[in-house]
Formats: sequence, structure tokens, C-alpha cells
Amino acid sequence: MMLRRLLPLALLVLALLAPAALGAAPRASLTDSEDEVMCLECGTALNVSNSAVADQEREFIAELIAQGKSKQQVKAALVEEYGPRVLAEPSDDGFELTAWLVPLLAAAAALGLVAFTAGRWRRARPAAADAGDPALDVDDERRLDAELAAFDR
Amino acid sequence: MRSRAYLPVTIAAALLIGLLAYGLTSTGADTTLDAATASGERVAPPTQGSLPVLGGQGTGSLADYKGKVVLVNVWASWCEPCRDELPLIEKAHEMLAQRGGTVLGIDVKENSGAALEAIEEFGLSFPNLRDRDGGYVREWGQTGYPESYVIDRKGRVAAVRRLPVTQRWLDETLPPLLDEPA
Repeated sequence: MMLRRLLPLALLVLALLAPAALGAAPRASLTDSEDEVMCLECGTALNVSNSAVADQEREFIAELIAQGKSKQQVKAALVEEYGPRVLAEPSDDGFELTAWLVPLLAAAAALGLVAFTAGRWRRARPAAADAGDPALDVDDERRLDAELAAFDR
Repeated sequence: MRSRAYLPVTIAAALLIGLLAYGLTSTGADTTLDAATASGERVAPPTQGSLPVLGGQGTGSLADYKGKVVLVNVWASWCEPCRDELPLIEKAHEMLAQRGGTVLGIDVKENSGAALEAIEEFGLSFPNLRDRDGGYVREWGQTGYPESYVIDRKGRVAAVRRLPVTQRWLDETLPPLLDEPA
């Protein structure tokens, strides 16, 4: 009886806590972070670097993970300690800007090419359709009329 | 029609080649300082920029040591040759401090916790700045670790050492500069 009374209350508490649990930032893991962090000395991602700098960076990340930091917090701490170049994404100035611009320009060029080709194709189709429907000669027309008339009987 | 298509293709190819050429030429180390100091010339430091103070607040730069002979030492605790060199650098600082000079450490590419542990481990008493991503020392044409640059009392670069220093190199380089007037 008592349990039956407490059940709705328990469900209510669960319903209230569930969104908070789902929204909480998950704890970071070293393997998940390594491919998004650069070894500053080797210029490669941390997961393929074996240098002393990479080892120290990994140690730093492991300490943060042990403190229960989320991936975003780990990344923020890395930028604070090592600067923005520690993240495996190009900066938005200088030569590295091309890493952002080239894919965008390539995508725009591809879209433009598709639009241009599609436009030409659409213009070419009606003309082809008109050209591909020649008129029947007099004998064929007479035969067609006769056959159609036979169907009507 | 065909000649109209050639123009954008030619421009795109030229841009691509230019981009590749820039990428290739911008990665080499700058040897201007080495050439100048090897010929006995003294030149202005390649950068007057400031860096965060290691284990402290605010920033510091070479300008803070105007009138002093400064031995700039590029180091990191993850670098074994740097660790081998640090006791000699500390000894040099003790000598310089008595004669109107200082060592200025530039700790490169490491978190401040690891750097501060090394400072405690080696009992370093000289000031240190943090070059978080190595951008500052790159402007000095840095090629490896450790490296040292000597600044005279007039703020000019007088010597560059792309290897660990030796007592002999320190003895030959520092005393003549300390004897010079500001």
C-alpha cells in the first residue's frame, strides 16, 4: 500500500532528474581527446605522436580527466596552457585561413558547376523533345486513321 | 567558348602553385641572426613582444632588462639536453646577477605546472617567461632545444647558441659584454 503511494512520487523525481542527467557534459576520455589535440613540437595529432612533448601533453590531459573535467573543459585548459594551436583545427588567420577557405570555395564551385550543368540540361531537353517528334507522311497518316477507325467499330 | 574556359583554369592553377610555394618557403628557419652574429655584427632582437610570466601575473619582455646583459635561454622540462644544461645556466645567472646581468628563461611548449616543478627541482632563481606554442622563439630562428641568445647592454643581440651552452662558451661570450658600458 505504502509502495503504491510512493510510486508516483518516485516517477516524478525520476522525470525531473532525467533531463539534467542527459544534459550533463560527459566526462572526457584520453582516447577521445587525443585525435583532436596536436603535439606542438611534432605537428601531428597526439594519437600518432610519441615525442616527449606529446607524453607531457597526454599526462596533462590525464590529470584533467582524473579531476572529472568534460571534453570541452579539457580543451579549454589545453588552450589556456599551450595556446590555440594545440587544438587540431586551423586558426582563422594567415596561411591557415586557406584550410577553411579552400573547402568552402571548392563546395561553392561544385554547386555552381551543378547549377550550370542542370540549367544547360533543362534548356536542351525541350528542344530535343520538339526536334524528336517528326510529322507523319500522308500515307502513314491515312493508315493510322484507318486503324483507329477500326478500333472504334 | 574554349578560350573563355582557359582563363579561370589558368588563374586557379596559378593560385594553387603560389599557395604551395608560400607553404614551402614559410616553413624554413630564419638564419638572419646567425649570419649577423657570426660576422660580429650586433642586431636588434627579432621581436620586442612580451610573454606571460611563468608562475606569476602579467607579462614580461626583454625591454624590462634594459641596460643589462641578458642570457636568454630557451628550455623545456621535457627536453633532456635542456635538463642537462639547466645547472650551468643557473650558475651563469648567479655570476651575471653580481655584475649587472641576468638569465631570462623562455619556457616553451609545456604547461606551467610541469615547468614550475622543474624550476623547483633544479633550484632555478632566474626569471622565466612562457612561450606557450613556440611562436616567440620561432621569430628568433629557433631550430631546436636548448638555445641561448646573448643581449648586450644596448639591447642588441650579440651572440646566438643553437646548442647547449658550455662553460667555455659562457666564459668567452659573457665577460667581454659585461665590461661594456651601458
